[in-house]
Amino acid sequence: MSTLDASAAALPAADLPAGDNYLTCDRGFKSWAFTLDHKRIGVMYLTGILIFFMIGGLFALLVRTSLPVPGVAGQAKGPITAELYNKFFTLHGAIMVFIVIIPGIPAALGNFVLPLMLGAKDVAFPRINLMSFYFWCAGVVLALTSLVLGGVDTGWTFYTPYSTTTNTAVIPVVAGAFMLGFSSIFTGLNFIVTIHKLRPPEMGWFKMPLLLWAIYSTGIVQILATPVLGIILLLLIVERAVGIGIFDPALGGDPVLFQHFFWFYSHPAVYIMILPAMGVMSELLTVFSRRHIFGYSFIAYSSVAIAVFGFLVWGHHLFVSGQSNLLNTIFSAITFSVAVPSAIKVFNWLATLYKGSINLKTPMIYALGFIWIFGIGGLTGLFLGTLATDVHLHDTYFVVAHFHFVMAGTIFTFFGAVHYWWPKIMGKMYNEALGRWGAMLSMIGFNITFLAQFWMGSLGMPRRYFHYDPFFQPYHVASTIGAYIMGFGFLLTMICLVHSLFRGKRAAANPWGGVTLEWRTASPPPHYNFDRTPPVTDPYDFNLVRYNADTDAYDFIPAEERVAVPAGHH
Amino acid sequence: MADAVQTNAQPHADAHAHPSNLQHHFDTPAQQFDASKFGMWLFLSTEVLFFSGLFLFYTVVRRHHPDAFALGSTFLDWRLGAINTLVLIASSLTMALGVYFAQRSMQRALVFCLVLTLIGAFTFMGIKYIEYSHKIHEQIVWGKWFNPTRGHEAAEHENAAPHGEVASQQDAEAAEPASGSHEPQPAAASAAPAAAIQSQPTAASTDSAPASEPALPIEQSGIMMAGNGPSGLAAGEEVEEKGEEPELDTYALAKQRKDVHLFLGVYFCLTGLHGIHVLAGIVMIICLLIGAIKGRYNSDYYTPIDVGGLYWHLVDLVWIFLFPLLYLV
Repeated sequence: MSTLDASAAALPAADLPAGDNYLTCDRGFKSWAFTLDHKRIGVMYLTGILIFFMIGGLFALLVRTSLPVPGVAGQAKGPITAELYNKFFTLHGAIMVFIVIIPGIPAALGNFVLPLMLGAKDVAFPRINLMSFYFWCAGVVLALTSLVLGGVDTGWTFYTPYSTTTNTAVIPVVAGAFMLGFSSIFTGLNFIVTIHKLRPPEMGWFKMPLLLWAIYSTGIVQILATPVLGIILLLLIVERAVGIGIFDPALGGDPVLFQHFFWFYSHPAVYIMILPAMGVMSELLTVFSRRHIFGYSFIAYSSVAIAVFGFLVWGHHLFVSGQSNLLNTIFSAITFSVAVPSAIKVFNWLATLYKGSINLKTPMIYALGFIWIFGIGGLTGLFLGTLATDVHLHDTYFVVAHFHFVMAGTIFTFFGAVHYWWPKIMGKMYNEALGRWGAMLSMIGFNITFLAQFWMGSLGMPRRYFHYDPFFQPYHVASTIGAYIMGFGFLLTMICLVHSLFRGKRAAANPWGGVTLEWRTASPPPHYNFDRTPPVTDPYDFNLVRYNADTDAYDFIPAEERVAVPAGHH
Repeated sequence: MADAVQTNAQPHADAHAHPSNLQHHFDTPAQQFDASKFGMWLFLSTEVLFFSGLFLFYTVVRRHHPDAFALGSTFLDWRLGAINTLVLIASSLTMALGVYFAQRSMQRALVFCLVLTLIGAFTFMGIKYIEYSHKIHEQIVWGKWFNPTRGHEAAEHENAAPHGEVASQQDAEAAEPASGSHEPQPAAASAAPAAAIQSQPTAASTDSAPASEPALPIEQSGIMMAGNGPSGLAAGEEVEEKGEEPELDTYALAKQRKDVHLFLGVYFCLTGLHGIHVLAGIVMIICLLIGAIKGRYNSDYYTPIDVGGLYWHLVDLVWIFLFPLLYLV
């Protein structure tokens, strides 16, 4: 498995799907463009998101390439001017947040996996599902329009009054974010209804895989927070287009109001991004340690708790924006309380691993990496939630590093999930060695990049500066080197995935030994997902499957062969 | 695996026959109905949050500028608002009756109710058009374009304006940029209100007057109301609050203050967004009407009518909040 002999081993013919699966049942452009199949929509999302992940990553590398030299105030660094640099980091942020991470796990993988995990034929509203994909496309097109028109330089937060006065192409990007928001709303709506109404009768709430709890909680945030972003972006467009004056102090308006509205969405949006990753974690860690999840109900409830608390903390972005001390104190306290459900999850995951039979396949490497990365990202959030330290750390690289440790945690879990479900989605096994190298290099590079940024941030290096004090140069150089290592790691990952499509060996129905329902159907699944309704079982009872050395995969043990399992086997 | 092939070839060849209205991934019509209705409720919660953003905006701006809101709302005609409220409530009733008839397979009654609802929606938009065009005509608009100018003065200048240029621009949307484009001197206007009333229209006449001229019949009615003046509009309770201000003062006063435009900004945002929802509702009702005429809905399958009705009631409900918050400040 450590060599590139991917296509060598063939499966016994009996185990192969009959050749008619959701990928092959229908051909041609129209069969994809007008498909109502959640799996195809998921694949289209996945393709688009991976492409834009590369584009967003390219902008990140351009940002880092601009920074190893301090530069001389007022002068360009070679071909890169300060204005260009501003556009780099804006586009990096906007693409990664709105186009890649928010839809990443729910829309791409959730779309594919969620109905399968429920044993359902599709999501509740297949047409709305397709519509939200086209909303995503529209948002992407609008974002690209602004690129063609010269880019945006506001930062991904679009703060007023700068965003209402800069002469760059703000309107297309903001309109794009608006469309992406609606895509997100309809995805969340669809998933909530699907989980409520298409759950098999035998599958009670506490028999669902934990990913579904996470996606459900995400859906709550999506449908309740995103419209508020929608309205504020709409107002920003109106302000720019016809000068309505509500953000313009000269006309009696209030620019800080924008920040409140923006963060009322965008802080919960952080949970939109992280919650599905947490759900994926519960799946990966159990399967690759062959252990039943520890503390199921705590993990389930903590997802909901994070979703609810997430609505009440937006003010911690405005500690230095002239908020009253009372408000600051309240927001700080609630911010700390969000750490509780997050910590509950981490401790439960660690307890799950305890005495497990840990198998360091690529998804597991990503999952273990997430615990480290999210641990640092989460704990540094407490530094920023503390009022006194935030005054020092606000708008420094410390914030940038904190944010990336959390968000890239999602990205790494996303890639872990892509590798985990890749055999199910594409019916091909990726090359394990390549996958592992990609995972490890990108995570090592990531840590170099952003640990250096924590360091210089705590020393006072402000974020978004193009020219800086030469004192910070070593940190910037380290950070840029790390970024290139990370970029190389992700490149390997991409090569690994693309390689598997052409040279990967056929995937068995259950290569990892998962027991959630999607592993009970063929890889790739047939058009209608299941030949017969699969039996609902405990999603983490790994005694239901046994390893089959012939296929290097797992088989579900037929009910009549199952030996009574002694009590306390968990 | 042979089963899978078979299923693919004939998606509806399940053991139990699917009713034609039942999508393949649902097991029973009840499940489909529940899912649709639940989905619509979730969508409505999204809509509520969408509007509540603007309502919060209203709250904040009003708290900062209470007088501007009191003054600004006198530019709105509460009678038109009240008529619109009644129209929407009535259309909600006909929509609800439509659901009732659909559930009982009474197709003609359903079609009749949907037509009535549609008429209500169009009436609402018509009255909204009258209000908007009047305001745009008198430059009672948002932001720096705000420069309230009495209707009859504008009308005088209209009459003085050369008629050759008149016919080209037909609608209020055309009037909007035109009235905006000539507007570089709001500061001067607010600095010397009395002078501005005299001088501004003169400066503006060549631009704004032709733009608003063609819509004269409708416009005239708006102007008549404006002619009664904001204090005339506010003949009822408003007068007592405002202490019987002379007509002219509302315009002059509004110009003097620098924040009245904020009220109108909020007004146009809220009613504009609501108007877009009414337009979406019109499209939806037309679709439902076509379906009803084709006889698609009956006691077994009335989900679209039911779900569409929910949406229409929300649009109605939002207006019921908007009316007092904007017209009856």
